[in-house]
Amino acid sequence: MTFFGALFYILAAVILVSTGLAVSSRILMHAVIHLIVALLATALLFFLLGAPLLAAFQVIVYAGAIMVLFLFIVMLIRPVEEPRPRSRRLWRLAPPLVLAGVTFAAALVLVFAEPAGTGGRLELASASPRELSEFVFREYWLAVETVAFLLFLALAGAYYLVRGTRGSPDNTEEP
Amino acid sequence: MIVPLEHVLVLALAVFLMGAGCALLRRNLIMILLGVEIMLNASGIAFVGSSLAWRELHGQAFVLFIMGVAAAEVAVGLALVVYAHRRTGRLDADHFSKLRE
Repeated sequence: MTFFGALFYILAAVILVSTGLAVSSRILMHAVIHLIVALLATALLFFLLGAPLLAAFQVIVYAGAIMVLFLFIVMLIRPVEEPRPRSRRLWRLAPPLVLAGVTFAAALVLVFAEPAGTGGRLELASASPRELSEFVFREYWLAVETVAFLLFLALAGAYYLVRGTRGSPDNTEEP
Repeated sequence: MIVPLEHVLVLALAVFLMGAGCALLRRNLIMILLGVEIMLNASGIAFVGSSLAWRELHGQAFVLFIMGVAAAEVAVGLALVVYAHRRTGRLDADHFSKLRE
């Protein structure tokens, strides 16, 4: 196993373990912190797989902006701890778990029965930020504009949702 | 020489299923949003790995757009969570069943 292969497996283990901890954590704050670790490991994985610009964006946008927003909301509304699921409800978890297992097995069979791509191992390569930016603005300029518009709409929608729910006298439904 | 593409896809698959399980099984609104984020992240891993395997930049371009969509989704989603919490004081998804009554 080469050095970069070992690096991939270490990063994969970090991503899997921290994502599992985030999914199964009963305390929201712990879940968000675990997910931040998973996203930072994903950024390193992007760097390893030849996407340095995406690695930077992963740190800035995902781990930086989105997760901080989650942390902010968790601290803002101070949620109560979830109760542990009662044992008689555990059997309700069985159908989704069986479905997830079957899906996972089927996808594994698909992935390994039909060798994807060029076959063999991935070669090291890297797309410089300049290449990627020129490619995106040449091939996907309309999508860039659409995402910009979508972000503006999301901003307006979020502002509309939380506007006037505190301190406005005409809102009688506030608890 | 890193690893076969299959291993990258299996990693993305496992992370995606964990996110889907989180979004479907957890009852907390914030955990449901967190599960959606995990699923988007897993699809990003698959896109970047495939982009390296085929030496095409389309995969990396799509991850850029996924990040934009995720940012928009989480802004509106968390605003909805704050709105629901202010209306009812609860975060439990089972609690929001007003339309059923």
